[in-house]
Amino acid sequence: MTPLAVVMMIIAMVTVWGGLVAGVINLARHPEVAEAEPEPPAEL
Amino acid sequence: MPSATTQSTRREAFGSRNVFILSAIGSAVGLGNIWRFPYVAYEGGGGAFLIPYLCALLTAGIPLLFFDYAIGHRFRGSSPLAFRRMHRAAEPLGWWQVLICVVIATYYAVIIAWAAMYTWFSAQISWGAGNENDFFFTDFLQMGDVKHGISTTFVPQVGYPLIAVWVVVVIIMALGVKRGIGRANVVLMPLLTVMFAALVVQSLFLPGAVDGLNAFFTPNWKALADPGVWASAYGHIFFSLSVAFGIMVTYSSYLKRKTDLTGSGLVVAFANSGFEILAGIGVFAALGFMAQAQGTDVAHTATAGIGLAFVAFPTIVSQATGGSIIGVLFFGALVFAGITSLISVLEVVVAALQDKLGWGRVRTTLVVSIPVALISIAMFSTTTALAVLDTTDAFINAFGIMAVALVAVILVAWILHRLPVLRDHLNRRSSFTVGWFWMLLVGALAPVVLGYLFVSEIIAKIDAPYGGYPGWFLSIFGWGMVISLVVLAILLSLLPWSRRSRAKDDPEYDDFLVEEAYAPDAETGAVRIPDAAGRADATMKGVRS
Repeated sequence: MTPLAVVMMIIAMVTVWGGLVAGVINLARHPEVAEAEPEPPAEL
Repeated sequence: MPSATTQSTRREAFGSRNVFILSAIGSAVGLGNIWRFPYVAYEGGGGAFLIPYLCALLTAGIPLLFFDYAIGHRFRGSSPLAFRRMHRAAEPLGWWQVLICVVIATYYAVIIAWAAMYTWFSAQISWGAGNENDFFFTDFLQMGDVKHGISTTFVPQVGYPLIAVWVVVVIIMALGVKRGIGRANVVLMPLLTVMFAALVVQSLFLPGAVDGLNAFFTPNWKALADPGVWASAYGHIFFSLSVAFGIMVTYSSYLKRKTDLTGSGLVVAFANSGFEILAGIGVFAALGFMAQAQGTDVAHTATAGIGLAFVAFPTIVSQATGGSIIGVLFFGALVFAGITSLISVLEVVVAALQDKLGWGRVRTTLVVSIPVALISIAMFSTTTALAVLDTTDAFINAFGIMAVALVAVILVAWILHRLPVLRDHLNRRSSFTVGWFWMLLVGALAPVVLGYLFVSEIIAKIDAPYGGYPGWFLSIFGWGMVISLVVLAILLSLLPWSRRSRAKDDPEYDDFLVEEAYAPDAETGAVRIPDAAGRADATMKGVRS
């Protein structure tokens, strides 16, 4: 691959996959709170 | 325990936040990520396309995704009910989205059926090397000319797999949100990721793969000066994230009350884009191989859509060593990505009817899915299927999805002034807070971009008959179809909601409004006191209609 194409590929991967990793880390830091809601119904 | 045919007292829900996120990714990652994005990016300047693409993702895709989540979660209903609860006059928008989903479901299913057959064909290279194009159009689809009218000739190799796809999907839908949709996504999404990763790795080892990646990533900076490239980036993000046609409203209405909406949305949006980048690498590596094998350059082999999946990929499968494995992985990925998207499209319809009629899950699913399946089988298992599919898809994208999104943002932002309500709802439970900038993006940038795209679509489709199809054909399956959806949506919103429907009887929604200290709903009846120390004042304000 040409150096320019490699650089663009790396930038694309870092921004998009980096965004995904950052999103997952952010979510892991805010775990789901247990709620006072009753269990969802059995669905049929 | 509720019986199969009566209204269960509580709204269905996803098992957990992670199941919701997987399901939302399953919905967003569809055929478009695999067969549309790579070519759109290549055409739009290769590596340079990343700039308009990221701009579109951050300024339109994610803000509109939050917009949908906020509507579904705040008003806790399928799209007609959620819009009705926002304002009585907004209900037709919800039905319009439901009808758009009916149309999309009918043709989306047949592409899954084709891909399923091609998974099987790939294993034995049934098309015969060099015969890929004729095999698809002549032998497989037995394509006829629409000039002679709509065909009623049943094509068994398409029809039977299509019936099988519908049986599988109806079973998933009938099992409900948690056990059907949730579980299907929990199984299929990791499987899809592993299969696609394996496909990409194998494509990268093909000779010529590097040429493909060079073509895909080498930036053409001049493209950035072309407004058309920016429009195609916004258009692509918009379709890719499946925003604004009811899916995300419906899915987020199944979330628990305290869920982190924006935090989840960011993961969904970046996972969807992450998958697209992966698809771009896999598809272009394979196209690079094909170009080398044919002694031409990638510009001549690059293509999108049905031509990429059912002509170019079979060619690659015939020519590559280990091609059958590539074929099975590629078409299998299309099937799984398609099924997880199709169930989300159908859920918009099932949820709407469940809310409207107050029926149970199984009964509603059968009453909704069987007619949709029959229309799908009648229209798309015949020899004129491809022309109908092509036209319906082009018109529903431009004058269905894009039009309803445009009307929705204008109505909610400028006429009903509900953006501050939605912003506050998002911020009360989310890790990533939004403010005036989000309202600006949804209320100002989105209408401008969508308006531009919408007007250019109208001009393009009036200028020349779409796809060179005959006038009568386009007036029925193109213009007639999209206009009739709007008329039908208005008629559906005039039908009264029965006392058993969720609009009139939804104690859970009343509890939610009390808990959040929101104003009581005008229709759902007196707000019940949640506990002994309950807020009696909220109860007093309840209005029984």
